[in-house]
Amino acid sequence: MNRLTRRGALAMLGASALAVPVHAERFAGHYRPQAEPLAEGVWLVRGSDAPIAFENGGAIANSVILATADGPILFDCGPSQAYAQALSALAQGLTGKPPVLVLISHLHPDHALGASAFDPAIVAALPGTIAEIERDGPGMSDAMFRILADWMRETQLVIPARRLAPGELSVGGRALTLLAMNGHSGCDLVVRDHASGIVLAGDLVFHDRAPATPDADLAAWRGALDRLAAIPRTLLVPGHGPVDRDGSAIAQTRDWLAWLDAALRDAAGRGLDMTEAGDMPIPPRFARMAAARYELQRSVSHFYPAIEASVLPRIDQPEGGSQPNGG
Amino acid sequence: MAGTALIALMTGAAHAAPAPDPLQSPMWDMQAERLFGHDRVVFDPRVHIAVPMLAENQHVFPVTLDARALPDVRRIVVLVDLDPIPVPVDFVPGKAAPWLGLRIKLDQRTPVRVAAQTADGTWHVAGLWVDAAGGGCSAPPASRAHGDWAVHLGEVRGAVWHGTDGGGAAVTRLRFSVRHPMDTGLVDTIPAYNLETVRVTAGGETMAQMTVSGSMSEDPAFTLLLPAGETRPITIAMRDSNGREFTGRLP
Repeated sequence: MNRLTRRGALAMLGASALAVPVHAERFAGHYRPQAEPLAEGVWLVRGSDAPIAFENGGAIANSVILATADGPILFDCGPSQAYAQALSALAQGLTGKPPVLVLISHLHPDHALGASAFDPAIVAALPGTIAEIERDGPGMSDAMFRILADWMRETQLVIPARRLAPGELSVGGRALTLLAMNGHSGCDLVVRDHASGIVLAGDLVFHDRAPATPDADLAAWRGALDRLAAIPRTLLVPGHGPVDRDGSAIAQTRDWLAWLDAALRDAAGRGLDMTEAGDMPIPPRFARMAAARYELQRSVSHFYPAIEASVLPRIDQPEGGSQPNGG
Repeated sequence: MAGTALIALMTGAAHAAPAPDPLQSPMWDMQAERLFGHDRVVFDPRVHIAVPMLAENQHVFPVTLDARALPDVRRIVVLVDLDPIPVPVDFVPGKAAPWLGLRIKLDQRTPVRVAAQTADGTWHVAGLWVDAAGGGCSAPPASRAHGDWAVHLGEVRGAVWHGTDGGGAAVTRLRFSVRHPMDTGLVDTIPAYNLETVRVTAGGETMAQMTVSGSMSEDPAFTLLLPAGETRPITIAMRDSNGREFTGRLP
């Protein structure tokens, strides 16, 4: 007990440097994306059903590879230059050609920042998404570098240069229908592949992984889910979580969003503060959803102050005290 | 003596006084000396601090503190070691429970602590490291960006609930919020402008008082636990750094 350890002596010399060894410099591993065939010329590359963390390199979102005669199309390209390079190599290995088009479903960094690995001319998004990446991209990039550090090496913010229009798109003999929706973000791209009947839903659908809401409009999101449910399809690829073959992922996403909205309003009505609302019980039917508590607490941050303002009545007395604009 | 031995056991500091900071904060010694002077300081798990598992928004980080396991708490200070304005609130519970819900700004990864002073003068401290992106104190508030802060300045919202606390005991819960930019003075061209004092009375009797700073979140929101069955009219009297006064009344 009385002998100074080397570590103890070092701590005395520089407590700030050694106080938090968990945040000392750590080096990234290698991304190893795996392709899972879904149909002729269509592969799913699964993300980890977890929060963005150094441990997973931010590779939490699903991507899809679609083969065409001109080269593969990528639907979303991960969080970083290194991830997108690995994804691109995987697609080239499967199809024999480098990617010809990269579709970005929405602005969020786990889907969009991998654009760094490509010529901006082949990176495409809806105009609304391009505007949102221009607005929020620098901040999202900073946040990803802070969390992922070395995994983000050489990742530059690339603004998609090709503007998509909703409707039919044909690339190298593959026909796609592009749909513009919103709700998860201000602009969400949905793609239907004609040959396979597969629908790529982006983050409008989460499956066995709790939905993230930093830019969500819950009413619009529910409307988008109704539109999605009406699209004929063989199977649906969610933005996070396993492939949906029976429509249950749309229902699950809708169920979570409806519960979340009602539960937050109920909590505000019962006088709970934000930490208490974030600790509320999550119904057992959501037990299969990964990251449920994490996303609930994020959603409290996103929505609670505005809900409180709508629930708590005004109690100031204009006739007493100073007038706000009276001076 | 028994009490001292118990605390020494709990803090693991059988010989050293004061106990070494369990969070190994680079700022602890300086902050503790400034805040607590020669008062006795112990790290005490009877002080609880509840926070979310992540700081999703470094401008609005909720903290719920609870020192009800301590006897006779006279004063509670929240200390954010690495914030440029390190004490968002200095709380005198008075008749209210030594329990408070509030929201603070975080300017970087930092320890967030609660220090509760009991009647014998001892400070009981608990805390944890919170990881946060930068700029909570040094980016302008949303209402400055919207440009509508002056339109809503001083709007007070609130309500009272007669219910039970987490342990099932009856309690009167008071929540209130006030629209205020809570400018830190650390943003170029925006001088400091913040709420300074909050006093809650029931039927004219003082229930609780707080001194707050610019490291409280914009549009500060508070939750207090008043004695069970408090049915007298409640007044919340607040004053800001320009001397402007804001009042909320609950019948």
